[in-house]
Amino acid sequence: MALDTTQIQDKLVATFGESVFNFTQEKSIFSLEVASDKITAVLLFLKNDETLRFNFLTDLCGIHYPENDESHQFTVVYHLHNWIDNVRIKIKSYISGTNPEIKTVSNIFLCANWMERETYDFYGINFIGHPQLKRILNMDEMISFPMRKEFPMEDGGRTDKDDRFFGRTIDNC
Amino acid sequence: MSELLLPPEHRYAEIIKKRQNEDGSELSILNLGPTHPATHGIFQNILLMDGERILEAEPTIGYIHRAFEKIAENRPFYQITPLTDRMNYCSSPINNMAWWMTLEKLLDIEVPKRAQYLRVIVMELARITDHLICNSILGVDTGAYTGFLYVFQFREKVYEIYEEICGARLTTNMGRIGGFERDWSPEAFRKLDVFLEEFPVAWKEFENLFERNRIFIDRTVNVGPISAEKAMAYGFTGPNLRAAGVDYDVRVAQPYSSYEDFDFIVPVGKSGDTYDRFCVRNAEVWESISIIKQALAKMPAGNDFHADVPAYYLPPKEDVYHDMESLIYHFKIVMGEVPVPVSEVYHAVEGGNGELGFYLVTDGSRTPYRLHFRRPCFIYYQAYPEMIKGALLSDAIVILSSLNVIAGELDA
Repeated sequence: MALDTTQIQDKLVATFGESVFNFTQEKSIFSLEVASDKITAVLLFLKNDETLRFNFLTDLCGIHYPENDESHQFTVVYHLHNWIDNVRIKIKSYISGTNPEIKTVSNIFLCANWMERETYDFYGINFIGHPQLKRILNMDEMISFPMRKEFPMEDGGRTDKDDRFFGRTIDNC
Repeated sequence: MSELLLPPEHRYAEIIKKRQNEDGSELSILNLGPTHPATHGIFQNILLMDGERILEAEPTIGYIHRAFEKIAENRPFYQITPLTDRMNYCSSPINNMAWWMTLEKLLDIEVPKRAQYLRVIVMELARITDHLICNSILGVDTGAYTGFLYVFQFREKVYEIYEEICGARLTTNMGRIGGFERDWSPEAFRKLDVFLEEFPVAWKEFENLFERNRIFIDRTVNVGPISAEKAMAYGFTGPNLRAAGVDYDVRVAQPYSSYEDFDFIVPVGKSGDTYDRFCVRNAEVWESISIIKQALAKMPAGNDFHADVPAYYLPPKEDVYHDMESLIYHFKIVMGEVPVPVSEVYHAVEGGNGELGFYLVTDGSRTPYRLHFRRPCFIYYQAYPEMIKGALLSDAIVILSSLNVIAGELDA
């Protein structure tokens, strides 16, 4: 019995209505957006429902969109995988730029623990309810969130390499 | 204990002060420090111990964090391959091929069959070398050096094969969008044939040394077991998950690069302990050897080694000097004026340690907007403190090496 995307969409819309929207099928993965306050309910539903059965959290990461309007500047992306019917799904949840926070899903999927710590470390997104939200890859004393777009990759003091010869401009990297 | 070498407000210091054993002994703290010959890579574990038993562990990682995801946002696509090499550096061709396949998924490029088979061969070679290291180092951690030294010369032979293909031994930077940068020389195929003749003999001897060895079995059976439910909850994939009994393999679930043409089994263990992980990796090496032999036997004729996508694949340098189109394409590719759609793509392959995924978000420019690596080591290392709870210190070392945690992939 194959699980197809219309079934997933119908079940989600039937249960969550307006909080799930923007369903697309892009590059062979079905994706949707979820309002950030409903994310734990949606993931729990996707995991426990007998037809949907998304038992595995493949990936959790963050993205920074400084060009968006203020309430959509950060997003947390969840990739789930249903091993029984072999279906993948991608869920994006946009959160505010000035005070990014979202509930943790580490009580639903244990592997989200370190993935959320990494996202906090890189973007400063606060995962409410996380058991140990501290930096994981960078130093504990660091005060900036390095993956945010405003932080430059290099400190600009290089004299040995001229970016013009590599085709690098302000616009393209 | 008069001084604890931890700050006094550390959680373990509190626990030690409060707890009093009946025989008057105290709990102690052991710093399985970041640089340690038995931890394969740089990760620290602060262990709270009751004599020789571990009660709790606090891992610290990030010693080899090189900000790959940030660098990738500022580099054109073909300059990101060297970053992918350095993640799981024991099997870098797999990382390279996974990156090229992600780009081909993004750009809807169809790779010719022969190039796909060549990719399968090099990925399975990389898988063999990864498991070779893991299992032989597991032997070293239990005290058996001979197996390690004996099979490591075959890793040297594989380095020579990589060198024939791409010029580099360890961090291979192999391939292009659509295939390989040059066809494999006859010498590469000859070395591959010699390897396929000699390696199975040596691997059989390696297996015989360990599999029914009383000391090895005592050191590894029932050490660090993990149940299938716990493993799935902790995001395990790859040989560690299969040792626990779940037969999830990305090559079977979502075949890529013509894996559906090959006949192979997915070995599965039962209890998820160290011995099962060792045996699953051993069996996977046999399956990889079989896949390489099938690929060589079924290799399509001809010498197609890349897709015909001049917009993304660098033309041969000799043509650039006198052919106008080649000159233009060369310039555009290097300077980044290639057509890139605005899209998001996630592609996963079966790496040596599990599902290695690349989540790529593009915005039409020549560099990714966001590139996230779904690194299996990072995800399953979370379970390590739980796996060593209650174990002896020497078991903790053995569990760590059987998990095959590669520091490059842990931190990226």
